[in-house]
Amino acid sequence: MSFSIKKQGEIVVVDVEGQLIVGNRQELKQKVLDELERGEKKFLIDFAQTGYIDSSGLGVLVSLSKKIREQGGELRLANLNDDLRTLFELTKLDTLFQISDTRDRALSSF
Amino acid sequence: MTATPLPDAGFRVSLQVDIPSDVAYIERVVDLVRHPCAELAYNAHHLNLNVPVALTEALSNAILRGNHEDPAKRVHVRADVDGTRLIVEISDEGDRFDLDANTRDATDADNLEREDGRGLFLMRKLMDGVERFDASTNGDTGNVVRLTLTRA
Repeated sequence: MSFSIKKQGEIVVVDVEGQLIVGNRQELKQKVLDELERGEKKFLIDFAQTGYIDSSGLGVLVSLSKKIREQGGELRLANLNDDLRTLFELTKLDTLFQISDTRDRALSSF
Repeated sequence: MTATPLPDAGFRVSLQVDIPSDVAYIERVVDLVRHPCAELAYNAHHLNLNVPVALTEALSNAILRGNHEDPAKRVHVRADVDGTRLIVEISDEGDRFDLDANTRDATDADNLEREDGRGLFLMRKLMDGVERFDASTNGDTGNVVRLTLTRA
């Protein structure tokens, strides 16, 4: 499992490879917070390469979304497969995040 | 000659895993339990959502809240899977807790933006049964959480 970060225009894109769970969620949180501290405002997390997400992974996304909004920025999500989408629907987090089917759609939605 | 598929009836896998109280072991346990479920043709949602997420929640609860990551304490996992259902029991050495009292509705408007509190809620959504009872090993305290999933 790993997280890679790159800039596309003025958007910070994070790819989550493998699981986003209790054992690695802090790593994702810190990476995004570091970018936020550098002044970045627009964030996209892409789950195309993601296996499963647990409650602490979901919690980190909620927490990051809040912190980014507090700084006047925005966090959006892309490429949730059917199982991940079900997870977001079960927890109603699909109502909290703007979720796009593809990376390109998400990038052009900012 | 084409091999005739073997019927699932009578095929049963039991395994026991003992891990330190460290969340780094969770993925390995999930993979060990998922493997026989895949062998028995549990559906893709069970393999990629229900089993890994519910089991991760139960294991992290046992490690973090039950054993408080105490290196002297262990988490024991016992799984039985056949063509009808999966039963996994996760045992810790922590103080007893009340499953119902600790389950919060994560979809409630007041809870939606909370960082924590979705674990038990998700376990109960993703499994057909979630039970807690006292562990009775060596007279020590502890919890056993039993997850049951019926093969669709």
